Parts: sequence; structure tokens; C-alpha cells
Amino acid sequence: MAYDWLKGTADEYDVIVIGSGLAGLTGANYLAKAGHKVLLLEHHHQFGGLATWFTRKGGHIFDISLHGFPSGMIKSCRKYWTKEIADSIVQLKDIRFVNPQMNVWTTFTREDYTRVLVEQFQLERTAVEKFYDHLRAMNFYDNNPETTGTMMERFFPGRADVHRLLMEPITYANGSTPEDPAITFGIVFSNFMGAGVFTFRGGSDSLIGKMVAELKQNGVEVRKKVLVEKILVEEQTGRKVACGIVAQGGRVIRAKAVLSNASIKNTIFRLAGAENFPADYIAAAEAVRINTSSCQVYFGIRKGERIPHIGDLVFTSAAPRYSSEELVDFHTTSRTFSVYYPETRPGSDRYTVVASLNGRYPDWKNLSDEDYAKHKQRLIEESLLALEKFIPEVRGKIDWMEAATPCTIEYYTTHINGTSFGTKFEGLKVSMDLSDRLPGLYHAGSVGIIMSGWLGAINYGVITANRIDKALYTAAKALIDANPR
Amino acid sequence: MTKDECKQVVLDIIADIAPDEDLSNVKPDVRLRDQLQLDSMDFLDIVMELRKRYNIEVPEAEYIQLASLDSSAEYLTPKFNALAAGKG
Repeated sequence: MAYDWLKGTADEYDVIVIGSGLAGLTGANYLAKAGHKVLLLEHHHQFGGLATWFTRKGGHIFDISLHGFPSGMIKSCRKYWTKEIADSIVQLKDIRFVNPQMNVWTTFTREDYTRVLVEQFQLERTAVEKFYDHLRAMNFYDNNPETTGTMMERFFPGRADVHRLLMEPITYANGSTPEDPAITFGIVFSNFMGAGVFTFRGGSDSLIGKMVAELKQNGVEVRKKVLVEKILVEEQTGRKVACGIVAQGGRVIRAKAVLSNASIKNTIFRLAGAENFPADYIAAAEAVRINTSSCQVYFGIRKGERIPHIGDLVFTSAAPRYSSEELVDFHTTSRTFSVYYPETRPGSDRYTVVASLNGRYPDWKNLSDEDYAKHKQRLIEESLLALEKFIPEVRGKIDWMEAATPCTIEYYTTHINGTSFGTKFEGLKVSMDLSDRLPGLYHAGSVGIIMSGWLGAINYGVITANRIDKALYTAAKALIDANPR
Repeated sequence: MTKDECKQVVLDIIADIAPDEDLSNVKPDVRLRDQLQLDSMDFLDIVMELRKRYNIEVPEAEYIQLASLDSSAEYLTPKFNALAAGKG
């Protein structure tokens, strides 16, 4: 018989968390610290969801999504994790944009970005400040229908170059486009503009390791290699409620609440089942647009070799103008290089370069095996040629190259359409309404663009965990009030 | 509870969620966001702490009431007093 990865777990918990992405991990930690008995289940053999890494022959460790996050991570990690984790966050100071419209080198802080916009792009300082102030005043609970494109045209009319500088990094960060609500741009851009771009010293492996250790310390039961097949739904006092999970193999574990960190569509349609929701909610959930996805190319530099400092995040493109269509095109020339120097993992002397490209799942899904392999190879070669423009001698120093596509993401995360950026804006409401429509079931994960990325995921995990804590507290209090002694 | 005590309650919460902020000169009539490095998540933290520590609920539509110390005191003091009266 196969090893039982659920061996030793109890038959009932206060909360079961499905999935160990940053939202699932953080939600589990928040709930455990609030005194609840928590079980965290991950289907993969590694915790972290898309906050992940892999190792390859030659001593390479490749980070998938470490690229860079806003300074808000320091505060969130200190509030919801530990000071030690927060103290490992360090700034990345060299952010570059190289395309036919510009050659920019910035720290991506408000001060330096303003310098670039004023000196290099010849904008009025007051216009730039007004733009920042407008963004900073936005809240995620606002209800403003203006799109990012309209907003940019309003502040910087006719300045396609300025729009590109502002938009491109955010498109890479969360797949948002000028057609999305301005709030999706404003919140993410303001977050970065606070103090610049940051990374976790020690790498993704170290961060996730510290988080899992902290969860165990706080009493969370954490299990990997456990696929949840169904959310247990029962009728109680005339209403359907979520009251546990069914794991692959049939094991049932009950809980007062279930926090799903699976994608929102998987949560509703695969795990809970459409039959357990009202029809209007299912219609809204079906209408949620899945965001686009990503491709990546990983370059491992041979042990003992060095490469020069070309920047930490280098946004490159041969496209004459910004176009959200070009960015996700099968043959896009737009890619971001995340360069990981030895400082990423103190004590190591290794370099890796990860090229990230936006992409569409259908372009890859429908290829024959032969064409799929061929286009992966094309992706590698095109990315290498682009990298050689910055490091001419790099080809001879690389001893590992490989590519990932939206199909790779689908394989490891089981996300519908292999999305790496969750859903478009309307997904947020469907996610937040989940527990009203099926009591006991909650969702936290990449939705609505603003709740994606490392910071968005962590914060959304807290927002949802807080709602669960409140519901469990209210239920416990009602029970005590009904049975006074 | 007086309005001044209520302001202190809010300041104590901010001191815990943003330990790096200097709170000695916070102007009660100026928006907190304009004088401190607080984002929308920090405001949610204030709301979460009010619930956990004092059992005070602030619905999402009313977060705006917490914009400054003065507006917070106007909004929260009656809630604190109603809660105290209910217990008595």
C-alpha cells in the first residue's frame, strides 16, 4: 500500500486550509495564532504554491517568482509572520527599462522615478506629483469604473512613452492591461512606489522553509502530497454548508471552516461543485475572466564563472510601442530578466538568470508534442540572444537552460488555463462572496489583479483568515449564549 | 469612555501594527494617511484589532470614519459606550 501522507492527522479541525501558496500559508498562520486548530494540505511535494523554486544538476537553484515585491512585504511579514522573516527583506536597487522608446535605469523609488519622469521624460513635477497623489488615494473597496488607459491619457495625454514606462512593469507583475480598472494599476503601482523593489535574502526556499517552521511552531498540522478531491458539503438546518474535505483515497476530515487557496474556479467548480451554489452565483463565477499566464526561461551559470552586474530587473522589448497584445503574443519580443547574483543566497557564489514573458495558455495547449518542444527551444534561443545584448559572452558560461510555459504552470498548480496571475478584477467579488453563498467555505488566492503577487496574496490570506476567525468566534459565542451556566 | 481615551485606543493599536512610526506628534484633525506611512491594509488591521480587542465592528463602508483621530473618536466613542452600557 502507498504511504499515507495523512497518517496521524485528526478527524476534525477548526479550519482546513487547501493549498500552501502565500495566501494559504499566511491564512493558516493567522488562524493558528488566533487559537484555532488548523490543518494545511498541499498536493505538491513542496510548499509555497507559485512562490517556489527548483534545483537542477550543477548546483543551480532557480526562483520562479521571487523577482521583486513592494516594501509593504516588510510590514506584512512582521505583522503576520516573524521579525526574522521581515528582517531578511532587502532592496533591489537596479531596475532597468530598455526598449526602442527608452533606456532607463532607476531604483524605482518615488524620488528616483520622479527624477526620471521629470529629467528624462520632461514632465512637469507637479503633474507627476498629482498622478501619485491620485493613485495613493485609491482603496480596494472603491468603486470607480475608470480604466488604467483612460487614467493615463488623462494625466499624461499623448505620451505613449510615459504610459509604457508606467504600465510595463505592472503588466509583468500581475498581467493587468490598460483595459483593466484603474484601481488594479493604482494599488500595485503605489505599493511599489513607496520605497522601491525588494527581495528576500536567502531565496524562495529559505523563505518558505522559515514560514513552514513558524506554522509548525504555532501548532498548524502541515501535510504535503495530499490532493483534496472534494469539499465536504452537507445540509444542516435546511442549508448547505461546507464542513470538511475528502482527500484522494477517500479519507474524510471535518472542519468548522475550509479556506481554499486553490484557484477560485477550481474551488467552486472542481472542489465544491456547481450544484452546491445558487444559479446566479454560478453565472457570476463562470463569467469571471481568467488572467493570462507566463513563460519563463532559466539560465544557470556554471560554477566558478561570474557575470557582470547588469541590473536586478531588466525590462526589455524590441516592440516599437507598448501593447498588451504584443506582450502576451506567442512571438513576443518583450521579456524581463531577473538576475540573481550570489548575494541572493549569502554564502553561495552562484548566478542564475530567469527570463519572464507573459503568455497565453491556448497558444501552448494546442500544440503537438513535437511543436511544443520546438517552440520551447525557440523561446530559449530568443531569450539567450536577448541576454547576449547585455552580456555578450554569457552563452559560454551557461551550463543549464530550460523553459516553462503556461502548461508547466497548469501541471504544477492545477490552475485552470495555467494562469499565473489569477483572475481579472471581477474575480475578487466572487471570491469574497463565497462564504455567503456556501457557508463554511472561504477563498484566498490570486484574484482581481490587486490580490495577486506576493504582497497581495499574503494580505488577502489575512483578510480572509480574519473573516473566518470572526465567523468561528460568533458561532462559539452563540453556542455559549444559548447554553448559559 | 471619553473621546480622548478613544483616540488613545486607536493610537495604541497603530503603535502595535506600525512600530516604526513616531506617534508623538500625530495631529488629531489631519488624516492619518497624510502624516503616517499607513496603507489600506494597515486600516484593515486597525479594524481587525478593534474587533479582537474590544468586540467593536466597523463595516467596510464605514472605514472612511477612521481617516483621522478626531473622526475615529466621533465614530467609535458611541460604540464603546453602547457596548459598556450593554454589559452593565
